[in-house]
This record gives sequence, C-alpha cells and structure tokens, in this order.
Amino acid sequence: MREKEYRSVSAARGGLLFMRGVPGVALGDRVQVRDQRNRRRDGQVIRTSHEVVLIQVFEGTEGLDPERTWVRFLDRPFEVMLSPALLGRIFNGIGQPRDGRPPVIAALQRNVSGAPVNPAVRAYPREFIQTGISTIDGLNSLVRGQKLPIFSGSGLPHNRLIAQIVRQAKLPAEEQSRFAVVFAALGISHDDARFFRESFETSGVLQNVVMFINLADDPPIERLILPRTALTVAEYLAFDLDHHVLVVLSDMTHYAEALREVATAKGDVPARKGYPGYLYSDLAEIYERAGRIKGRRGSITMVPVVSMPSDDITHPIPDLTGYITEGQIVLSRELHNQGIYPPVTIPPSLSRLMKDGIGKDYTREDHPRVASQLYASYARALDVRNLASIIGAEELTEHDRRSLAFAEAFEQRFVNQGEEEDRAILETLSLAWELLSRLPPEALSRVTEADLARFHRGPSAVDEAP
Amino acid sequence: MGETLDINGPIVTVRLPGVMNGEQVRIGALGLVGEVIGREGDRAIVQVYESTESLRPGEKVEALGHPLTVELGPGLLGQIFDGVQRPLRGLVEQGGDYIARGLSLPPLDRDKAWRFVPSSDLTPGMTLAAGTVLGTVQENPTLSHHILVPPDVEGELIDLVGAGDYTLEQMIARVRDRTGMPRELRLYHRWPVRVPRPYRRRDPAGEPLLTGQRVLDTFFPLLKGGKAAVPGPFGVGKTMVQQQIARWSNVHVVIYVGCGERGNELVDILETFPKLTDPYSGRSLMERTLLVANTSNMPVVAREASIYVGVTLAEYFRDQGYDVVVVADSTSRWAEALREVAGRLGQMPVEEGYPAYLASRLAAFYERAGRVETLAGTTGSITLIGAVSPPGGDFSEPVTSHTKDIIQTFWALSKELADARHYPAVGWADSFSAYVGAAASWWAEHVDPAWAERRAAALGLLTEADELAHIVNLVGPEALSPEQRWVLESASLIREGVLQQSALDPVDSFSSPEKQFVLLDLILEIHDQGRKLITLGLPVQQLLGLPLLGRAQRLKGTYGSDQVPSLRDFVQEIRAAFEPFYRDYGRGEGEPTPRAAPGGSFRRGKRE
Ligand SMILES: Nc1ncnc2c1ncn2[C@@H]1O[C@H](COP(=O)(O)OP(=O)(O)OP(=O)(O)O)[C@@H](O)[C@H]1O
Ligand SMILES: [Mg+2]
Repeated sequence: MREKEYRSVSAARGGLLFMRGVPGVALGDRVQVRDQRNRRRDGQVIRTSHEVVLIQVFEGTEGLDPERTWVRFLDRPFEVMLSPALLGRIFNGIGQPRDGRPPVIAALQRNVSGAPVNPAVRAYPREFIQTGISTIDGLNSLVRGQKLPIFSGSGLPHNRLIAQIVRQAKLPAEEQSRFAVVFAALGISHDDARFFRESFETSGVLQNVVMFINLADDPPIERLILPRTALTVAEYLAFDLDHHVLVVLSDMTHYAEALREVATAKGDVPARKGYPGYLYSDLAEIYERAGRIKGRRGSITMVPVVSMPSDDITHPIPDLTGYITEGQIVLSRELHNQGIYPPVTIPPSLSRLMKDGIGKDYTREDHPRVASQLYASYARALDVRNLASIIGAEELTEHDRRSLAFAEAFEQRFVNQGEEEDRAILETLSLAWELLSRLPPEALSRVTEADLARFHRGPSAVDEAP
Repeated sequence: MGETLDINGPIVTVRLPGVMNGEQVRIGALGLVGEVIGREGDRAIVQVYESTESLRPGEKVEALGHPLTVELGPGLLGQIFDGVQRPLRGLVEQGGDYIARGLSLPPLDRDKAWRFVPSSDLTPGMTLAAGTVLGTVQENPTLSHHILVPPDVEGELIDLVGAGDYTLEQMIARVRDRTGMPRELRLYHRWPVRVPRPYRRRDPAGEPLLTGQRVLDTFFPLLKGGKAAVPGPFGVGKTMVQQQIARWSNVHVVIYVGCGERGNELVDILETFPKLTDPYSGRSLMERTLLVANTSNMPVVAREASIYVGVTLAEYFRDQGYDVVVVADSTSRWAEALREVAGRLGQMPVEEGYPAYLASRLAAFYERAGRVETLAGTTGSITLIGAVSPPGGDFSEPVTSHTKDIIQTFWALSKELADARHYPAVGWADSFSAYVGAAASWWAEHVDPAWAERRAAALGLLTEADELAHIVNLVGPEALSPEQRWVLESASLIREGVLQQSALDPVDSFSSPEKQFVLLDLILEIHDQGRKLITLGLPVQQLLGLPLLGRAQRLKGTYGSDQVPSLRDFVQEIRAAFEPFYRDYGRGEGEPTPRAAPGGSFRRGKRE
C-alpha cells in the first residue's frame, strides 16, 4: 500500500477529482480522499495516465477545495469482505456497516467488479418459483435464476408487491434454510427502507437478509458501486454457500441517473436523453450477474425495480433494462386507480423463461396454452372495450359483449388479489378456466380440443355469463 | 516493446513505434490483447478485448505482428467461441466459471487427430489454384470438411500426404509458391476477420431459404445468399425468430452470433440443439451449428469483433461449397460498441452519438452475404440475418434506418402483435421482401403453381381487414356490409390459423412448404365459399357461428408436416359445412369449386 498522500488535485467538480503528477496508478483502484476538515471520502480511479488521474468520489465533490484535498492510493481495487456473518447485517454501498455494529472481518475478499460468467457453464433456469400471485405464476412465471424487473411508477405499489413475493416465494421445506435475500436500496426513501425491513421481519427472513442501503438523501455517486458490492455478496452466498438468493434492487432508475451525472461531468457523448451510450453495457454488467451455474447448488434470482419516468416505458432506463432482462412485470396507474392490486397490466408484461419452467413437468400440462389464451382473449377484449368507448356498449354484438364481460371479470378476479392472498398454481389455473369458460369454445383457438373437453365448463357456463 | 501511456476504459494509448493499424498487441503483466485502431507519430490507440481494470501507465506493450485472425479447420462445428474466437469450453478448464483475463488458448484442438482423405485427382507437379480442395475430413456425421488451399496461396504441388490420421499442426501438403518458396499446408489456416475472403464470381441469390415459419417463407421470403433484418422493440421475438431459423433452415451450416445479448439464450441453444434433429439430415442439430458468443456483460470491444469473426467463419464454409446462414443477435449492440469506441476517441458524433461511418460499416458487413462461385468452382452461399434493437422501438433511429436501406427482406416485429401473444409477431403492414418474384418460381415448381396468387389474396385480405378495423373503430361494426364483416372474419382466420405459429408447439414449430401452402389454401377456401354464399343472400351471422372456423384455426397444431394428406382432407369438412347453405340458397353462377388438391413435389431432405 502506498502510504503517501498526494495533494496534486487540480480540479474537483461533478463528483470527479482531476489529479496531476501521480504516475503509475492502476485503473479501478480504490482511493481515500481527505478534505480540509479531515473528513474521509472514498473514490475510484476511472482514467489514468502518467500526467492525469481521474477519480470518481462516491460521496461527491461538494465542498472539496483542490488546494486542501489529500488523496491516498490504496493500490488495490474495491473489495468486499465475504463471510456467512454478513447475513442479517446492513451496509452502505462500499460495504461499511450501517447498523452500528462492527465491520465484518473475513479472510475472503473479492473485487466488486466481478467477472463475466462464462456462458458455457451457465445452467438454464427452469425451476418454477410459486409466488402465489396469479398474474405472475399464471401468466409471467418466475423461475430460479431469472432476472425479472418490475416496471413501475411513482406512487405505485411495487414495494408491496416485492414484499409479497418475498413472503410467499417459498422453497421446498428442506431448502428453506438456504433461502437468502440481498436487498440493495438505491436512493429510496427512509419510509420505504423501513417498510422493507419490517416486511422481512414479519416474513421471518430477516436473519437471512443482507441489506445495502443508499437512501434518497445519501450521496448519489455511491449508487454506482452499491449494486456491484451487493451482487458480489449475492454470488458468494449463492455459489460458495449454496443459497438460493433473491436479489432486490430498488430503484435502478436512481442508479442510471447517477451514472448520467458522472458521464456528463466527464464529458461523455450522450446517446438518448443525456444518458451515455454505454448505459446498456453498464446495466448488463449488473443484471447478467443473475443466474445459475452448472455444478453449483445455489442460484441468483433478481427482481429489480425500475420506475418509469413519466410512466414512459420507452424511456432509456426501462427500455434498456427490458432489452437485458428476461421479461418484465409492468404496473399500471390505470389499474391502480381502479383499486386493483397488484396493478399488473398484462399485455406488456412478459416472462421469457416461463416457456421452459412450466407445463407438464413443473406446473400442469395445459399451462402454456392457457396463458397464451388468456393473453389473446384479453387483448381482444381490450380492443372491444376501446370500441365500446366509441360506439357505446349497446351497439356491440353479443360476442363482443361477452368479451367485455370477460375483461371485467379477468381484472377483478384474476389480476386483483389480496396482499395476503397466496394462490397455489392449480388455484390460479382453475380460476383461469373458470374465466375462459365464459367464452365460447370457438373463440379459444390457443388451447387444444382436448383442453376444451377437459377444462372448459361447457355451453351452460358461457350462457350463464352476463 | 513499448509502453502504456493512458488508460480510458477499453481504449488504451501506448507508445509503440512501427506498429501497424489493425495489428494485435499484448499489454501489461496480464497480457491483455487488443487491436490498434489509430496511430499518431510513435503513439498508437488500442482497443482492448478484455477489461482494462488494474492496468497501469508504464506497463509494457508488445506488437504481435498480425491482425485479428480466426483459425479455420476441422473442429469448428458444435463449438462455442467468444468474440475473438477463444474456445469458451476450453477457457472453463483454464480459468473456471468466470472468464479470467489474459487467457489465451488456440481455438481449435491441437491434439485431436482427424482422418484426412486426399483428393484423388491431385498429383505432384500440378499447379494448384487458391481454394483447391486438397482433401476431406469427415468432421462429424453431418458435415464433410473440405480442406482448402488457403486463398492467399497458389503454386505447384510438391507433395500431398496419403489418407491417414493427422493433427492440425501436421503438414499435409507442400506447395511451391510464386516466389519459389515451399509453403507447408496443414489441416487449418488463418484468415484476418476484417478482410472478406475472395471468391470467383458473385451469383444472384438462389432458391428460398426455407425456415419452416409460415409468415417468413410464405409471406416475406428470403433467398439463400440474401440479407435480412429482424427489427423490433424488446421482448417481441427477434431472438426466437433467429433461433427458429437456426433450427429449421435448409442449410448446411448455421453460425449463431450472440452479440451483446443474454448468456441464458446461448445456454438454451447449447442445451437444446444437441437433442433436436435437423429435419434435412436427420442428425443432431448441434453438428451443423457453431456459436460465437459475446454476451452483454462481456467486454464491448470483443463484441465489435464478434460479428466479423462469425461472418469469416461463414465464408470459410461457403468456400467449401456449402450454404451457410449467419444470424447476428443483435447488430444494434455491435453498433453501440462502435459508438462507444468512437466516443472515447473523441470522434464527432453525427446522429444519436453514432459516428459518421456507421452506415458504411453496416453496409460493408452485410455485403459479406451472397451466393458465389467459389475459388474451387463450386457454389456456396451466406445468408445474413441481423436482429436490430431500436431504442424505444423507434424504427426511425439510425441503426434500423440504415439497415433497412441495405437488406432485401425486412421482418418488422410489432409490439401490438406480441402483446396479444401473436407469434411470430411479424407485422404484415411494415414487413417487406424484395425476393417474392424469385421465390414464386420455386414455389410454383416445387409446391403449387397457385402460390403467388394465394399469397397475394391472403395479404390483400389482411390489408383490407386492417382498413376495415379502422372504420369500425370510428363508426362501429354496423357500418360494414356483410361482405366486409366476412373479410374481417377471414383475416382473423388467416392470422390465427396461418400466421400465428408457436415455436413451442412440437407439431407446428416447423411447417414444411406443403403444409404452409395447404393450410393457407384451405383457409382461403373457407373465405371464398363464404363470400359466394353471402352474395347468394346468406346472412353473415350464420357463417360467423360456424364451428368450422374454430376447427380451421386449430388445423396447424393438429396436423404435422408429415400429415399433409390428412390436412388436405379437411376440404371435405369445409364442403360438408357449407353444403346445407347451398341447399337453402342455391348455387348461383360459377360456384367456386374447391381447387384441385395441391400438387407438391417438394421432397424433404432434398437439398442442392
Ligand atoms: N415464435 C414464437 N413462439 C412462441 N413464443 C414466442 C415466439 N416468439 C417469441 N415468443 C415469446 O416471446 C418472448 C420474447 O421473445 P425474444 O426473446 O425472442 O424477444 P426479443 O425480441 O429477442 O427481445 P430482446 O430484444 O429483449 O432480446 C419469448 O421468450 C417467448 O416467450
Ligand atoms: Mg433477443
């Protein structure tokens, strides 16, 4: 370790320190910055030459006077201490305790940047996770090792939904002790952080949760390293200690905003809405750390929250996220305002890994077709609803009126469910058939004749429907 | 030997006098490999294929004396390589589950001996042209690998080994080149990825690339040697379309380039392809497939290289006289890698941060597709299919719009269709194919002369229905005439019964050309009969309630490609369903009689 402190800062702005005359500094190395009042900040080298070294300071550069700033180069990258004692603890973005307890001391430490998993050793995620939520289990199933974000908006109940998933996503009894949660809070409010803590407590998993917290009033640049620290811990829990780890990242929009802030200060060429062109690759480095690895028992399942600025799904943050993750659960303000919980809007929601995690071997044989049929019938019903709003419901054909009634029932009974209501997958499927039976068999082209014979409740069900 | 000066992410400035543009260099204690992309005096700018974390100014740099090349020889098929052709399975043995830096491994196995059978018509003293077939290695039961004189070698054959087992480094022939120097030839050679391999002559694209997907083959066909793009917002099915093509296309070799996309998608292929059978050879699909994988979390510079690595491997198989399809998922991620490097070099961005040379680089890449007469005088082809991932699904963005100007077949994926789980979500309004005329003659000859006419009729119905749906949305369904109501219904039959094709349905995932045609023909038959009856006075409501319609929509999943005769018999059911109406409403003039059963001389397994 270089003990020497340098005082050659030439400028400090936008979270960046520009230093002159520190030769031979390695890219990515950790530095400690001390200001005139002897307060310490942490930073990382993001560009280096003999003449100039550029440092990103996680606590920001506010109040730093270049003349009276000292920098010490630690000659090693950012690393996090790894030990089973991390479970149950709370840290900040660089792994320092936030719970008033002493730091974790361990022999094992790893660079938080991680390295890409070799695609040749990944194991394809297939095991269905029952969350007890019909819109997820029935239509957008989550599997172990998947990265499935929740696209939300301000004021929508994504936190409650995640809490419900954590509570209900039970593993088989013999594996329950190997369930762990890594919770990464990125710029969320104190209230939300407390809500999560309490909900982990009530679901009895608190001893198996590691929290990394950066709140709304904490320095934003720290958010750039926090998910990496959290995921290094998640990888350790999953692939060294055989845990099934659920990683919750909330909210990745705050992460991307911090990235934009630093990119702008560096003068990087912007691509869309001021976000740098490398936002995609940067997000991918985080999201792709989910998954399974051949020959290892544990898994990392990731549920990031992405709030869509102005509810716009084409905004670069949700857009690039959707291009990386294996689907998305989209929440809708409209459904929320109608009092529907969880307000999952079906058409844009998708789970790409569902196709291999459901069906005969995992849930039930007709599941894939039922899901496709519900999507198709609901899409059609939404068209009819649109039409009805123009020409009036009285003008609709009988067939269309059935469709409309189907949409109502689908939203009220299938989508809508209690926050404490834990529906088994067979319950969800049976509910699905009950609703589909309100439509005549001719209208159900995504299911087979055999499905119809077995599960459709017949013409009487169609006729009874309003 | 030179020195590292400045490290800016993947872009490293070095002092290295005399190094060439495009030359490979090795940097620092870790031995990171990169490529010179610019020079200024004794300084060179290097893009590095691996993460530069922990690299310091002052570390040494060494020029390697050659550009980025690939190894071409037996052992390529069934492999998974990274963006610069490092064998990923081999890297696991060296570096474990995570890709460690600075590892270098030859792409092809040096220890394995291959049975080489020399060409019988070669004798010492003969003059060998570049590209001459020296002999063959049966690489696997599916593919016979032709060992070629490399494109940059020609001259007098000094000697050629007899049949026997040889490893890659053993000499198999010697050729005296122009300068009189003997050159030793082996089972493999190297080729620089940024230089297209030469051929004798470019031929017009040939017969259709049959993918087994109805909306592609029947509606927006692609030819072998053609170029196609699959644009669409996230989650609408670009990867699935490409995977379906990789599975079912009537080609000899498939090269799947995962360029900046998900790791799990490659695992999906690695786990499923070995268990699937090629409908043409009857062998495991993995035997004809090769993967180049640079996932989104792998270094961005190697991502830029990956598509060139993929297409150079394709050219090598083309030069052996094979039909190759290259799917690149996604060319947008390649363009973004280009943009990132340009940005770090401080090059002037022109649109959305992309450098001015984006369009020309894209065009040059797609130009490597084509059907050619090879140096050996055989015919080979490369069909290139690139996915495009436009930000926000906006097709007017630079990568999509430039690509659209280059390719001939455009499969525009639509979010509306995908949201309704209508897959493949190829939108008929925005997609196009410039190959319909050429494809029509093939279909007419091999399947049915009425193909072009039936295709046009179906597209006409779909377009008309879209316009009618528009009217309905303004003034309601009552404004439509009975004929128009029937058009809406028929279009919906075409959508559900023909276009919609689930990749996950074992019966319908692949649809033979006959099945494609017969299905379309039957559904149009229903339309024609219905229209006739409406003109005879039958109320359209009676038609709409026919259980026949539901049955017709399910035909595709009921009869597989090997049950086309039974599928054809459905025409009896159609007749039976309409017969009572004819009894009540008369037959009128010129009743549309069901068309004669489609001809169809297409044989599965036929592949020229
Ligand atoms: N032909 C198909 N048959 C059945 N399902 C399909 C088909 N095409 C797409 N899907 C469904 O849509 C999902 C998304 O498809 P895919 O992964 O190909 O999208 P994409 O366009 O490549 O998205 P991205 O740009 O994010 O990579 C699949 O996981 C699958 O569930
Ligand atoms: Mg894709």
